[in-house]
Amino acid sequence: MVERQPWLKGLTHLGLVLGIALTMFPIYIALVASTHDLGTLYSTVPAWFGNQGLQNYALALGQGADAGVGVARMLFNSTVMALGITFGKIAISIVSAFAIVYFRFPFRMMFFWLIFVTLMLPVEVRIVPTFQVVAHLGMLNSYVGLTLPLIASATATFLFRQFFLTVPRELAESARIDGAGPMKFFFTILLPLSRTNLAALFVILFIYGWNQYLWPLLITRDDEMVTVVMGIQRLVNVPDGVVAWNIAMATAILALLPPAVVVIVMQRQFVKGLVEQEK
Amino acid sequence: MDTRVHFKSWWLPYALLLPQVAVTLVFFIWPSVQALHQSVLAQDVFGITTRFVWFDNFIDLWYSREYLRSFSRTLLFSFSVTFIAMSLGLLFAVLVDRILKGSSGYKLLLTWPYAVAPAVAGVLWLFMFNTSTGVLALTLRSMGIDWDHVIRGDQAMLLVILASAWRQIAYNFLFFLAGLQAIPRSLKEAAAIDGAGPVKRFWTIIFPLLAPTTFFLLVINIVYAFFETFGVIHAVTRGGPGQATEILVYKVYRDGFVGMDFGASAAQSVILMILVIGLTAIQFKYLERRVHY
Repeated sequence: MVERQPWLKGLTHLGLVLGIALTMFPIYIALVASTHDLGTLYSTVPAWFGNQGLQNYALALGQGADAGVGVARMLFNSTVMALGITFGKIAISIVSAFAIVYFRFPFRMMFFWLIFVTLMLPVEVRIVPTFQVVAHLGMLNSYVGLTLPLIASATATFLFRQFFLTVPRELAESARIDGAGPMKFFFTILLPLSRTNLAALFVILFIYGWNQYLWPLLITRDDEMVTVVMGIQRLVNVPDGVVAWNIAMATAILALLPPAVVVIVMQRQFVKGLVEQEK
Repeated sequence: MDTRVHFKSWWLPYALLLPQVAVTLVFFIWPSVQALHQSVLAQDVFGITTRFVWFDNFIDLWYSREYLRSFSRTLLFSFSVTFIAMSLGLLFAVLVDRILKGSSGYKLLLTWPYAVAPAVAGVLWLFMFNTSTGVLALTLRSMGIDWDHVIRGDQAMLLVILASAWRQIAYNFLFFLAGLQAIPRSLKEAAAIDGAGPVKRFWTIIFPLLAPTTFFLLVINIVYAFFETFGVIHAVTRGGPGQATEILVYKVYRDGFVGMDFGASAAQSVILMILVIGLTAIQFKYLERRVHY
């Protein structure tokens, strides 16, 4: 801060506390609601935690509110999808970037642009035909269908490409003189050097994968395959209009917890991953 | 001249590129070609025959009041989300930038909502505004405001705007903070010595220097509001009441999967693709400039 005025300092902190209150308020309300029974929620607006928390979370995880599928199963599906997308994207992007930076071959730039195009075609703009392709391939209702169509990644490829360009070229040269082949160089030198980039990408891709909504909505037909981020809307869009808000809020908390924990634990890598995407 | 060391192999680079290229061709290029193709076809009412209709689907959209209304609704929605998320993100970034001690705690608390999925954010806000038990709905009603977003379109719109913006503040905050911290402290100090107060310093020095970040975020936020908010709309309002919150992506989905009108849905997809390509091109132009200077 340039000047030292106590009132200005106080105002700054006050503004931030209000800002945090704004971001935290919905979470607090959800946490409180998830610890009460439904009767309480429909008769008053509780401001403090109740004692039904354990029952609510157990019910949500076990059988779920609509007696369809429990959140435990949904969390499992979400985890498989998020990790599948994360590792799939990282794996195919890092080898493509390796090919583009460390080899010269015909049509190199054409491939580069082909990968780039995916940046411009989010799934939301080609909903129906992508669905039809996946249906033809018999991938509906499967983990392969949930992950494979989403793992092409221009961003991750670019990130690795940028990073590989900064790796000193003497490393590749000496590896070659020592008789190491390209794949040996890749696994023993390049991959270990990419550690921090891998961690940063892991965080943002995990969030991306976990938070997918439209895609699971389209291709999951069985209750058993529903992911939690997509499944939660079924709890609040019930035909008779009486929503089990306590269970719905417990589900919401369970749905946002895994990515939130990843962001909080890997805060540094998260910021790095997010800000470097831009470059 | 490129002086990098290159490995020699005629097949290995292709093998390395194969997975990425295969996925791109099968799940990106092919469906997009299909969308282009379907956008110039029309099916009869029974779905038995299809025929080539040139640009009729696009012309129908141009004359469809429903589509044009959805378009202007999407613009209103996107600009509101962008404006709220960016101005609050900037405000919090400026405040955190002023703090020397303890800023990392604030930073963590303001960033993590980015992890919350749009659909989950929508459900959290829906709970606060639901007419029978929502704390904010009941508060508003006690103040004499008749809140019922299930019936009132404008209130439903406000609800999805707030839910969509809430989560995006974190993103803007992070980028604005990074932008602010890249501004040399000496510049701010020099202005302060010249007698400029904090408000004047912000508008005459800091804000103009943030222009590249602001521009970048503007594009990102519009893309977010156009496409990634599908989850909010679907989970909270299903496009209703009536069509009050039916933004373009939601309409593509509804026409394609509920209405089974593939031609119209594909034509809308093509229009959205053109929009994304335009926005990405703008973003790239900006990135290039940043790389060069």
